[in-house]
Amino acid sequence: MTHDHDHSHGHDHDQTFQPDIEDSPFTHHQVMAEALGELLIEKGVFTADDLRRQIEHLDSRTPALGAEVIARAWTDPDFKAKLMENVNEATASIGIDSGDIPIRAVENTPETHHMIVCTLCSCYPRGLLGPPPDWYKSRAYRSRTVREPRAILSEFGTTLPDDVEVRVHDSTADLRYLVLPMRPRGTDGMDEADLAKLVTRDCLIGVSLPDNPGGV
Amino acid sequence: MSERFSVGDRVRVRRAYPPGHVRAPYFTRGKVGEVQAIAGSYRNPEQLAYGITDADRLPLYRVIFRQSDLWADYQGGPKDTTVVDFYENWLDPA
Amino acid sequence: MTGPRRVHDMGGQDAGSIPTDGHESEPWEKRMDAIRMLCGQRELLRTDEMRRNIEDLGPGVYNELNYYERWCAAISNVLLQKKVISVDELGRKMAEVEKRWTEARKS
Repeated sequence: MTHDHDHSHGHDHDQTFQPDIEDSPFTHHQVMAEALGELLIEKGVFTADDLRRQIEHLDSRTPALGAEVIARAWTDPDFKAKLMENVNEATASIGIDSGDIPIRAVENTPETHHMIVCTLCSCYPRGLLGPPPDWYKSRAYRSRTVREPRAILSEFGTTLPDDVEVRVHDSTADLRYLVLPMRPRGTDGMDEADLAKLVTRDCLIGVSLPDNPGGV
Repeated sequence: MSERFSVGDRVRVRRAYPPGHVRAPYFTRGKVGEVQAIAGSYRNPEQLAYGITDADRLPLYRVIFRQSDLWADYQGGPKDTTVVDFYENWLDPA
Repeated sequence: MTGPRRVHDMGGQDAGSIPTDGHESEPWEKRMDAIRMLCGQRELLRTDEMRRNIEDLGPGVYNELNYYERWCAAISNVLLQKKVISVDELGRKMAEVEKRWTEARKS
């Protein structure tokens, strides 16, 4: 996001308070965030350009990249094998940078459904999907998912038979997790681009299933 | 790095309550699960958290628990599980 | 025997429904995110240092602040502890920013 109001001195003020859009008073932490960035630039820890580029990079990490990766895995068995072995290397092989923090894929099957949580903070495969949604960071999701995953699933409109194993992954340590959903039935003729449209962010966390274009 | 546990081993999470930064969740302490995978080795977060940059490397294990072993009153499906990642210092043989 | 549960370690507790309202990242939140990444790349800030400083905010502050506010508090603390910045510098810079923004709002 850029804007063109000017300041009388030379710092980069991208991402600052925008009086024309925002009417509520700024908060203590917004001021601190601005001040921290400016101080670190003045001290040469990084440049204004580094900061701008990093924000652009963050903006470019989205669930759409995740969907693209899943659609590729559904259509290319070799890629899927690579993805199950090492997500970061697999995505790099199709030109998607998913960062340095190791991401692992867990594959949904008719027997096992995976869902991801971080009960201790809100660890998430940011390097690929961007920042987590607010609900993922909520006390409710972080508290309840390991104890009543099926109740959580039903709040997202997802119901699974009792004999399916619901497997919750608590990303407590150095790894981040990505769910590889099952390819819906009735999608045999679809190409990668159309398949990617069926994969939402919530499918990649495991609280939803991809839309089934056939209806059942 | 040599690992103390192998895939398939039954392990018990230490029933310990240190006052500082640890990554073993409270709900798993004292619980028994099975090593599902060894996920490499990483620097000890309990040292990294306090600015110790040459922290020891520890094997990281993916441990799978039956939900019914974690929660006496578990309401979901009988096969349901939770997988949690633990550094080696949190696990004992079960 | 069990010991005390720390505030951030919430797995298995009762809590309400999953909130359905979300918000898009605000510019200051993205800025905080970028600062975190840049400091991390320069080895001034490790994930577990940040996590520890968030946890050490304690139950009162932890629950009062939202997600990126916790980041902001924790990251500043780490940078202060490592002498990358000082309290005095941060305080002066914040006063300068606040003054500049207040004037911008008036104009």
